[in-house]
Amino acid sequence: MDHSTTLVLGPVYYLWDADRWRDFYFRIADEAPVDTVIIGETVCSKRLHITEPAFADVVDRLEAAGKSVRLSTLALITLDRESQYQRDLIRDGGHVIEANDLSALNLLKGRNHAVGPLVNVYNGPAARFLAKSGASTICLPPELPAVSVKAITTDCPELAFELFAFGRLPLAVSARCAHARAKGRIKDNCQFVCGEEPDGLTVKTMSNQPFLALNGVQTVSYTCQALLQTDADIKALGVSALRLSPQVCDMVEVAGIFLDLTKDKIDPDEAALRLRTAYPAVPLSNGFHHGHAGAEWVARSRNATMGGPQ
Amino acid sequence: MELICPAGTPAAFKEAVDEGADAVYCGFRDETNARNFPGLNFTREELAASIEYARAKGVRTFVALNTFMTAGCERLWYSAADDAVAIGADALILADFGLMAYVAERHPQQRLHVSVQASASNPDAIAFLVDMFSAARVVLPRTLTIPDIARLARKIKCELEVFVFGGLCVMAEGRCSLSSYATGRSPNMQGVCSPASHVRYRQGPDGLVSELGNFTINRFGPNEAAGYPTLCKGRFDIADSQGYAFEDPTSLDVMDEIDSLRAAGVCALKIEGRQRGKAYVGEVVSTLRAAVDAAPAERSRLLARLRTLSEGQKTTHGAYEKRWR
Repeated sequence: MDHSTTLVLGPVYYLWDADRWRDFYFRIADEAPVDTVIIGETVCSKRLHITEPAFADVVDRLEAAGKSVRLSTLALITLDRESQYQRDLIRDGGHVIEANDLSALNLLKGRNHAVGPLVNVYNGPAARFLAKSGASTICLPPELPAVSVKAITTDCPELAFELFAFGRLPLAVSARCAHARAKGRIKDNCQFVCGEEPDGLTVKTMSNQPFLALNGVQTVSYTCQALLQTDADIKALGVSALRLSPQVCDMVEVAGIFLDLTKDKIDPDEAALRLRTAYPAVPLSNGFHHGHAGAEWVARSRNATMGGPQ
Repeated sequence: MELICPAGTPAAFKEAVDEGADAVYCGFRDETNARNFPGLNFTREELAASIEYARAKGVRTFVALNTFMTAGCERLWYSAADDAVAIGADALILADFGLMAYVAERHPQQRLHVSVQASASNPDAIAFLVDMFSAARVVLPRTLTIPDIARLARKIKCELEVFVFGGLCVMAEGRCSLSSYATGRSPNMQGVCSPASHVRYRQGPDGLVSELGNFTINRFGPNEAAGYPTLCKGRFDIADSQGYAFEDPTSLDVMDEIDSLRAAGVCALKIEGRQRGKAYVGEVVSTLRAAVDAAPAERSRLLARLRTLSEGQKTTHGAYEKRWR
């Protein structure tokens, strides 16, 4: 049995126009060393039609390249048409579905599925409950500290666990669209203004300090998560895959950095250096993993790697 | 319509019972409680005495165990659930699957309510919790309009409770790590949002600055009242324009929509404010009790006097109204 750590590319959280979205995935198919790719709108149902024309081509291209494809469900469902869309997506079958809301868990009961980082799995009993319901893979919530990750994986050895290892952290979702609001609009007449910031719209504090970023109804971190662990660290945590969340940067290079790291070709310090070059736009953070504020960067040391809540 | 009232202390609990609550909700003094603030909440003994007082007056007690269990430390939550059942809680308000599974198995007769923290916002999500754990009631997240609630109510097999008055969470509850990102303390894990331990006020050259962790949340001019730096109610700078990015410092008040909520299928109205004092609880509960029982024409006069108790004296209907989105 192959126990090497695999790389998973999470869904694009941002509104990218159809061409950009298609070209991104075509290049991922052709060049990125990731095993699994999750696609599909996760943040806002109003965007669904935008990538739809390219959807089938992207799936075909990824699968032809040998990638395993999962489909992501919406994170917050409040409308009948959103429920219906999700039912159709799940009924179509053919692909493993990643649930991002309790409603998807209901529709996926008894069927092999994955659970995304936006479903609250904070402990082993919750994970075991989901496993009984058909989940085979869980991407743990990004705010979990390493001590919790270790406790959960020890409790549920039958499940595959992923860590959110790269990308701006999904921190909150709202019924209100702060992104539209910042541009003098409301959600119902947003005119897709979130598409103007394909990497998020920066929210600075009144002391001119970058803090958060808006992405439609979602709020993400300003910093970029960078869980840079050696392969031994990852195995010690009981995790089998690292999730890379797409940002506007060279994601093929990002995947290459994580591959080199998990193959012990480079060490975490060199990985950090290379990531800062690949995605210079924002600072790196890993505070959640160490039980600190999520915005912090904890420099690598033997003790910090497995650090728990302070 | 039931009136579900908050209590952060035994004194506030008694006040809520005396002023007309149908049920009081409260929690233990630890991380099992999403209002885990210093100086608040109940010991086992205090809860037992409070339940006894309430029961004598025909009022029910709901115990909120509505954080997510810390991995490896589940015993704290299991014990809290066992104790709440033994003491005589009329319902447990839960958010975590693992804890719901435990309660459904160990205490199958215990009434289980789904906390707003569980973020069950649609018929499929609610069906999941009703089927799996026999949930008797769901507290809806503050993400739905009243017509949304009416459509939802027709499709589900449990009772609906909604927040009508008090603080307003702008984000889907139970799915927000903003506070944790800034401070390392989490609503979901430690039961605290924008905790006082991480708040600082500092006099800067341009006025009084409020900070949460290492981040400025607001700045106040010389004649401005300085509010508490709740993260999502802060003032920020987006594309060189400063303002309340997520929500103004307002609080929720949809009491003028009682009839629409009843028609939509809501059976219980919830008042937020377990962190508030006895006087506030007494005033709000007595007024809302009168308003629920009054004829619609009478209601606005009764509610007018509550406005002064709201944050910044400004209120909103929040997501209950479509335009807010």
